[in-house]
Amino acid sequence: MDPTILSRILTAETLAFHIIWATIGVGVPVFISLAEAWGIYKKDPHYILMARRWTRGFVITVAVGVVTGTSIGLMLSLLWPRFMQLAGNVISLPLFLETFAFFFEAIFLGIYLYTWDRFKKPVIHWLTSIPIIIGSSLSAVFITTVNAFMNTPAGFRLENGELTDIRPLEAMFNPATPSKVAHVLSSSYVTCAFLLGGIAAYFLLKGRNLEYHKKALKMTMVAGLVLAVATAVAGDLSGKFLAKHVPEKLAAAEWHFETRREAPLILGGYLDENNEVRGAVKIPWALSILGKGSPDGEIIGLNEFPEEERPPLYLHYLFDGMVLIGTYLILISALFLYAWWRKKNPWNRWLLRGIVWGAPLSFLAIELGWMYAEVGRQPWIIRGVMRVEDAATTADHVGLLLMVFSLLYVALAVIAVSVLIRLFRHKGPEKEMEERRIIL
Amino acid sequence: MEMELIAITILWTFLYGYLIVASIDFGAGFFSYYSMLTGKEHTINQVINRYLSPVWEVTNVFLVFFFVGIVGFFPDTAYYYGTALLLPGGVALLLLSIRGSFYAFANYGARKSRTYMFLYGMTGLFIPASLSTVLTISEGGFIREVEGDVVFLPWNLLTSSYSWAVVFLALVSVLFISAAFLTYYAHKAEDGPAFEVLRQYALFWSGPTILASVWVFMALSRHNMTHFQNMLDIAWAFLLSLACFLGAVYLIWWRKGLGWAFILVMLQFAFAFFGYGSSHLPYLLYPYITIQSGLTHSDMGWALILSFIAGFLLLVPSLFLLMRLFLFSARYVRGK
Repeated sequence: MDPTILSRILTAETLAFHIIWATIGVGVPVFISLAEAWGIYKKDPHYILMARRWTRGFVITVAVGVVTGTSIGLMLSLLWPRFMQLAGNVISLPLFLETFAFFFEAIFLGIYLYTWDRFKKPVIHWLTSIPIIIGSSLSAVFITTVNAFMNTPAGFRLENGELTDIRPLEAMFNPATPSKVAHVLSSSYVTCAFLLGGIAAYFLLKGRNLEYHKKALKMTMVAGLVLAVATAVAGDLSGKFLAKHVPEKLAAAEWHFETRREAPLILGGYLDENNEVRGAVKIPWALSILGKGSPDGEIIGLNEFPEEERPPLYLHYLFDGMVLIGTYLILISALFLYAWWRKKNPWNRWLLRGIVWGAPLSFLAIELGWMYAEVGRQPWIIRGVMRVEDAATTADHVGLLLMVFSLLYVALAVIAVSVLIRLFRHKGPEKEMEERRIIL
Repeated sequence: MEMELIAITILWTFLYGYLIVASIDFGAGFFSYYSMLTGKEHTINQVINRYLSPVWEVTNVFLVFFFVGIVGFFPDTAYYYGTALLLPGGVALLLLSIRGSFYAFANYGARKSRTYMFLYGMTGLFIPASLSTVLTISEGGFIREVEGDVVFLPWNLLTSSYSWAVVFLALVSVLFISAAFLTYYAHKAEDGPAFEVLRQYALFWSGPTILASVWVFMALSRHNMTHFQNMLDIAWAFLLSLACFLGAVYLIWWRKGLGWAFILVMLQFAFAFFGYGSSHLPYLLYPYITIQSGLTHSDMGWALILSFIAGFLLLVPSLFLLMRLFLFSARYVRGK
């Protein structure tokens, strides 16, 4: 096979694998810190234990996140040398800053892990969790600006195929940056809220009717609802951004061919051979509202773009899936909080099951969202500047590398998950509580 | 100083930092596994783990910093090295991934596993070997440019005696640096038995280290005469390196001043590494990229240098805190 295709597959596979761990890496520290702070404030050992147990699992996921992150970092140069040669002049600043953020996080993670009992005041230990959050969230911010640059390049002039007149900050704060950063951060946090909430709900379903799990679930679901709504708002901003700056991506996702006002939003359905939409639910005006904020807004159609510059049309399903899951997360967490608030039974088995499902679904939404963002940029690697096939390596052996790394990712996934399960299976919180001589 | 010199000095210093911390880490992994095989596990593992646990993640960042930095300051390197290093780079990445994740599996997982320890220990030996190929390739002769495309000549690399000399040097220096540090660390922990074992390792690996250095010199004189001549011009640096080495071995042999012994080991490698680096200039990749030709646009260069200074101001106190809490805390080192 052609090295370009193989390089695309390997990059896609590495990123798809990495973002699972990276999302955990960005979101979970927030909840660890939250639990510890709440535990110290309320003098409630349950929450402290929660922070400890989450941290223990977190270390394993961080390790996988770090190694896959290193892989994708180096693969950028190995698989896309022409891209890095050209774009390196414009995007090195955020890449460089990202390593600083990562460095900062790594140092304080080491400190946090090994100082649980070393300080007289617990607040000091809690304080060391703050740099971890800052580091992990900032690395997400910086790396997202690089991706944003690839979507809406800015901060340079193109002269005879070379970039001149470089303005590093303008490249970093390009038009895509604000909405992308907001959406990436909020969706990472919400995913981790559902990951941790899902685990608590799972144990409650298993009949471990413990205060510990109930507290964990309440805490994560309160955060979950807030964050899920914030993610939806950030998604709405992204829609408006796309309509203005990258209309072909939005149009491809919504099968919107003719430029028009009062454009409808399409859910589900399929395209027949004449590119007519069949069997879809149409919500009138909704696309115009999403894109322009008014039912009267004009949305640019796909026909305005030459055929070889259009992204593939299956984007529609990725977009639908992401939005659907996002809506589900808002509903299920709202339902839980409503039941809790109105003193109905929030521990209803169906409700708990719904929350358990929220965990894998939110990860699926992350994957779908990234696929939508990345495939929607095709055929460009830097939109309007460089096409993907001009950026790929000319070296042989990409196929070999693809095979080896596929095996590695499968092995890492299987082993990491089994290590995590083994870590917690034999030692429930009740047992650990006894060992630590915490009497309730 | 011109920007390209500032840039390469920053990057080279970070690579030197990586050389030291990664060597300690790689060697420790190997010794840890080796001691498991020879039944000395309980003697030295405690010392090793107490050092590694809080810092293993930091080690990795030095490397990431270097490769992100070099592509940032010198984007042309991404093109030439990126194309040429697909295989060796892929192998190094694979090994780094195995090593990093299995460290966590072995040490934070529910139980110790021999397989995990094996993977962790052995990859530590192959990573320096695969990474050192980058230095070999930088001497030229392993890449050719044909009609604008970069072609890598793996056969030349595999059959070059220079390339093997470098690999050998990388391997033995890792073990020597690591043993020298752990000897000092065990001494500080007042762990007598571990100290004796590690001291033996350090003395054992000192011989091959110096032999390998001589071999690299000789092989380079045949591979890249220009570079070899440049090295002779600053022969004093390499002689100083040798003097530091002799001093370190002397101190370890007589069991005194072990902190100084390790500092001498660091100076030994500092003189050799910076001597090698400065005589390599102006080439980043002989003869295709020089530090002038490969430099990024000046606005980006200054932005990078500024961000480096800002980042540095953040990192130094944090690293200092990390060392205060773990490496140089007598209470922590002794396991209290």
